[in-house]
Parts: sequence; C-alpha cells; structure tokens
Amino acid sequence: MTDVTAHTATDDRGYLTEKGFWSWAATLDHKRIGVMYFYTTFLFFLLGGLLALVVRLELMTPGPSLISDHAFDVLYTMHGNMMIFLFIIPAIPSALGNFFIPMMVGARDVAFPRLNLAGYWIFVAGVIVVLASLVQPMDTGWTFYTPYSAKTGAAVTTISFGIFLVGMSSIVTGLNFIVTIHQLRAPGLTWFRLPLFIWAMYATSIIQVLATPVVGVTFLLLAAERLLGVGFFDPAKGGDPLLFQQFFWFYSHPVVYVMILPAMGIITEIIPVFSRKPIFGYKAIAYSSLSIAFIGFLVWGHHMFVSGMSNTASVIFSFLTFFVAVPTGIKVFNWIATLYRGSIFLDSPMLYALTFIFLFIIGGLTGPFLGALATNVPLHDTYFVVAHFHYTIMGGTVMGYFAGLHYWFPKMTGRMVNEKVAKLAWVFIFIGFNITFFTMFILGLMGMPRRYAEYLPQQQGLNIVATVGSWILAVGVLIMVGNFIRDMFHGAQATANPWHSKTLEWQTASPPATENFEEIPVVTEWPYSYGKKKE
Amino acid sequence: MHDVTETKTHSSGQALETAKLGIWCFLATEVLLFGALFTAYTIFRVSDPQMFLTEHLKLNRIFGAVNTIVLICSSLSVALGIAAIRQGKQRMLRICLILTLVLAATFLGVKYAEYSEHIARGELPGTNNFFSLYYMMTGLHAIHVCGGMAALGTMLVMAYRGKFSAEYNTPVEITGLYWHFVDLVWIYLFPLLYLIG
Repeated sequence: MTDVTAHTATDDRGYLTEKGFWSWAATLDHKRIGVMYFYTTFLFFLLGGLLALVVRLELMTPGPSLISDHAFDVLYTMHGNMMIFLFIIPAIPSALGNFFIPMMVGARDVAFPRLNLAGYWIFVAGVIVVLASLVQPMDTGWTFYTPYSAKTGAAVTTISFGIFLVGMSSIVTGLNFIVTIHQLRAPGLTWFRLPLFIWAMYATSIIQVLATPVVGVTFLLLAAERLLGVGFFDPAKGGDPLLFQQFFWFYSHPVVYVMILPAMGIITEIIPVFSRKPIFGYKAIAYSSLSIAFIGFLVWGHHMFVSGMSNTASVIFSFLTFFVAVPTGIKVFNWIATLYRGSIFLDSPMLYALTFIFLFIIGGLTGPFLGALATNVPLHDTYFVVAHFHYTIMGGTVMGYFAGLHYWFPKMTGRMVNEKVAKLAWVFIFIGFNITFFTMFILGLMGMPRRYAEYLPQQQGLNIVATVGSWILAVGVLIMVGNFIRDMFHGAQATANPWHSKTLEWQTASPPATENFEEIPVVTEWPYSYGKKKE
Repeated sequence: MHDVTETKTHSSGQALETAKLGIWCFLATEVLLFGALFTAYTIFRVSDPQMFLTEHLKLNRIFGAVNTIVLICSSLSVALGIAAIRQGKQRMLRICLILTLVLAATFLGVKYAEYSEHIARGELPGTNNFFSLYYMMTGLHAIHVCGGMAALGTMLVMAYRGKFSAEYNTPVEITGLYWHFVDLVWIYLFPLLYLIG
C-alpha cells in the first residue's frame, strides 16, 4: 500500500509530467507559460545584476580604472534596460501572474490561452532583438532621452523595436488577465471574495493595457526620427525634446506601479497566512490598488522638474505626486495592522515579506523628498535617486518577488525549499542590499551625480562600501538560486497545502494537474478567514 | 479567436462576452496608441498654426474624401455581414466580406496614389512637422487597415468552410468591431489633416 502511494507520488508530477521541447514550446497551459516566463526573465535578472557588479567595480576608484567611459555608459544603460524591460516589468505579472491568476480565481486556464502563448513568443522575439542591439550597444541611459538618442551611433532603432515587441507581449498579458478575472471566476467567487493578489494584478493589467501603447508609439517615433528624418523631438525641425520626455514618462511612471503593485499583492497574500490572522482592511487594500493605478497616470511630470517644464505644471505634478503616498500608506498600515497580535511564523516567505515592508518604507518615505520641488532640484540625478529607486524596486518588488517564489515554490515544483539555506541567503541579501544602497542615499546628499564613471576623491570611501555591499548581495542571490536548483530536484516532497493557506491555488495538488482542479471549486467565503476555525 | 471555445469553463453565451471584453481592452490599447499621435498633433498645431494651414493645402482633398466614403461603405458592408450571419445567411456573409475586402483594398490603392504624388513632389516625412504627422498618422492607420484585411480574409476563408452560423459568429463580430475602430480613426484623421479651417 505504501509502495503504491510512493510510486504515484514520484510518477505523477501534475502539469510537469509531460516531457520534451514541444510539450513546453507549444503548450497552452498557463502554468507552463508562466514557468517559461520565469526562466527567461530570471536570466536577465542575473545578467543585469552582473552588469551592475561591473559598474560598482569601476566605481571603486574615483578615476578611470577598469573600463572606458563609453563602456561604463553601455553597462549602466544595459543594466537598466535589461532589469526594467526584460525582468522587473514582466517578472511578476507574466511568470507568477500567469501561473497563479487562473488558479486563484478557480479557472482551468486564462481566457485566451493561445494569445498567452503568442505573447510569450513575442516576448522572446523582443528579447532576441534587444540582444541583437548589443552589436552596437546602447549608451543613452535606459531613458532613451532625445536629442542624444536620435544622434548616437548606438543601435537605438534596433533596441526600440525589441522593446516595442516586449511591450506588445505586456499588453497581451494584461488584456488576458483582465478578461480572465472578469469572466472566469469560480462560482461564488464574487469581487470581494477575490484574493488581494488578484486585485493588485487587475490594477496592474489596466496600466499595462493603457500605458504600454504610448511608449510603443514613442519608440516608433524615435525610430522614424532616425530612419526617416521625422523631427518631432528635434528643435532644429520645429520639434520638442521635452515631448519625448512627456511621452516616455507617461508610460514609464505608471509602469513603476506595474513593477510594485504585483509585489504588494504577493505581500498581502503572505502576511495573513504567516500571521494566522484575517487581512486587515480588505476593501481598503483592494481600492488602494486601483487608486494607485489611477493616480499613477497623473504624476509622470515629476521626472521632469529640471527639464524646463513650466512652473505651473511642476507645482501641479508635485502636488499630485504626494497623493500616491496615500493609498501606498493605506497598504502599509493595513499590513502592519494584520501583523498586530498575530501568531507570526518566520518562514522564508514571511521573512522576505517583512523585508519588503521594512525596505519599502525607507524607499517610500524618500519618495516625497524627490516629489517636493525644493528638494528635488538639488537631489535630481544624484545617487539619492538611484538609492530611492532601488529601495522601492529592489527592496520592494524584488523582495516581494523572492517572497512569492519561496511561498509558491512548493506549488510550482511539488517540493519544499530548504529553509535553513533560504534564511542564510536572506541574511546576505538583506545585509548586502542595505550596505550597497543606503550608502547611495548619503552619496546622493553629498552631491554625487548618477551615470558618471568618475567622481570626487573624497567620495571614495563610501563608494568602496557600496561596492563591497554589492558583493555580499551577489553572494546572497547565488546562495538563493543554488538553493532553488537543489530543492527542485532533491527538496522534500511538498504536500498540497504546506502553509495551510486558504486561497484556491492551495486547494489542489502540488504540483497541480494540467486542468488545475479536478472539479471547479465552489467558493462560499473570502480567503482570509484565519484563526476562526480549527486549522 | 478560437481560444474562447476551448476554455471549458463557460457556456457559449459567456464565450461571446469574453471575446467582446477582450476586443474592447484591445481597442482601448489602440486608442492610446493613436492618442499619443493626436497629442503630438495638438501640440504642434497650437505652436505653429500658420504652417499647418499652408501645408495642409498640399494634400489632395478629393483623394481624402473618396477614401472617407470608401471606408464608411466598408463599415456598412461588414455590419450587414454580421446582421446576415446572425440570421444564418452564409452566402450573404461571404458577399459582404468580399465587398469589405475590395473596399479596403481600394482605400489602400488610393493611399498609394496619394503617397506617390507627395513623394514625387518631394514632400517627405522629414519635410516638416505637418508632413511628419501626416505620414506617421496615416501610415500607422494604413498598417491597421492591412491588419484588418488579414482578419477579414481569415473570416472569409472560415466562412467558405462554413464555420459560422446563426448560433456561432463571434469571430465575425469581433473582426467587425476592430474594423469599425479602423474606420473611426480615419473619420478623425480626415478633417484633422485635410480640412483645417
């Protein structure tokens, strides 16, 4: 009897059972597509990280040392491009979102499975084009600002086209999620019984659908400027370089919420599970996701306070920027209120979730410094901005992503993460991250400008600190990745619901079967009723 | 577009609703795509109205007007096709789809003649902001017409294979919605580019 169960446990790997290239490349299974997105995007997390390590290495000395100034420009540009367009934006929505949205709403797949697969391959095509641009690598900074980007000899047209394709994939994914969430919810799963990760992903998808086309057309115009001599951004032809910035940030500001909202969704799932308490302020968190998405569309001008925008516009944008802090604050207070008097289990997902809150508060509170006009002007384009950005996006999104990976690893692979190693990796990541990036706040206040290969000799001490921090961080990430790889093959067998979570994705086998559920579940209550019944 | 039928979790009535929600989301994306160009148009026209006035006289209003009528007729024909298949009229659907494709091709033919005329006169995308906008906006629109023709062509092939009926005609309806959007963009482009007062 025991032999039989052991046999089925190893043989039936759920959606992972089928093997071979085409079983993946042509799959319509949202879980497999999610896994493919995971591998593709994570590759660029590692590659982009590697570029950042070289950038930090160069900055050990105030003068030129390791690489040429041009190589430095290329490295930080490609670090930004890869991390933002090929990792952060697609990572949580396309990888974890694809895998878990249908499962969490109790569906068998997304609304348009073929479109989903097409989206993945469009993404891969975009990735290949971006890599092809490395023949003459970009040196404009990840922001592509004109007029330099219209004139440089780098392969701007190629990379623009690549990112255009990546953007199409982003739109397709967002569209699919919106329709899935509207149409494929299990019986009884009303809007206010949805897990809050779904609310966050819904808000994210709206931004993806509405903001991405604008950057698409912007890159199209940039390419037309280089190829056809169109002069929208060229003052010599009656154009306006500021228009490029307006268009670019109309997408690129809302898109930071594409980066952070899904991570906030993950945190909202993890905190109640690991403090065994119902989430505090369900509706407030749900609506705050939507209002972040909405207000996020109105604040792009705060990237351009020193670009020569009119004073009136600057004041309005500054004012609106402070508004984003309100729904963000609502979330943070609700998470903390959920933790209050809970039975907290410090497993690795929770550890990363708490790290998210800690780092994101620092990242978030340094935001108003930059949103206020008076302090923005001296801090603009200094390392203060770099530090703020990395505290929100790496300290926020990436920590949220790591939290989600540790949380859902048993569901995705059918095996448990080795907790001891996971916590060891966390120690390195937490310490390394703070040493690297907190130092940059101070460097920024000292006036060190971003994107320069050289700096004043008196700033060398702190730069060495930051560089050493980046090594600690890298060691932590390597331990984490090594742990994942080891546990995928040798980890302990996971049960269906190792964390005793109440959301639907845990109410089925680990790893789940291709059709997710044997029978579509009928939902009778919200997913956060912890601590009420005997668990 | 077949995807909807494959998802086993909902009925055919819900399938149409799902597909419609999908296409509306897509059209929202398209509105924003063109929206950026309309914004650029507004900014440049406000900053240099005189240039827009003199330059737009170089466009051929006859061609523009003909194309407007052609596209409106094509919208009508695709709508008639949808009405026909809802009553199960297979032949009528095929005729309407062919008519729509012919009209779309006519539109592109006229556009080709127009572009040739401008290029022959040396009015190129880089000439000035008006012509930049003219080429970018009508060019992007023409790409959408091509995309629409591909969709309509697919519908025609499916119609010949008898895939549609009074009960199942979701893809035709979705294609129709997209085609109406393509027309609508032109309805805005025509006065903004050809008829500046």
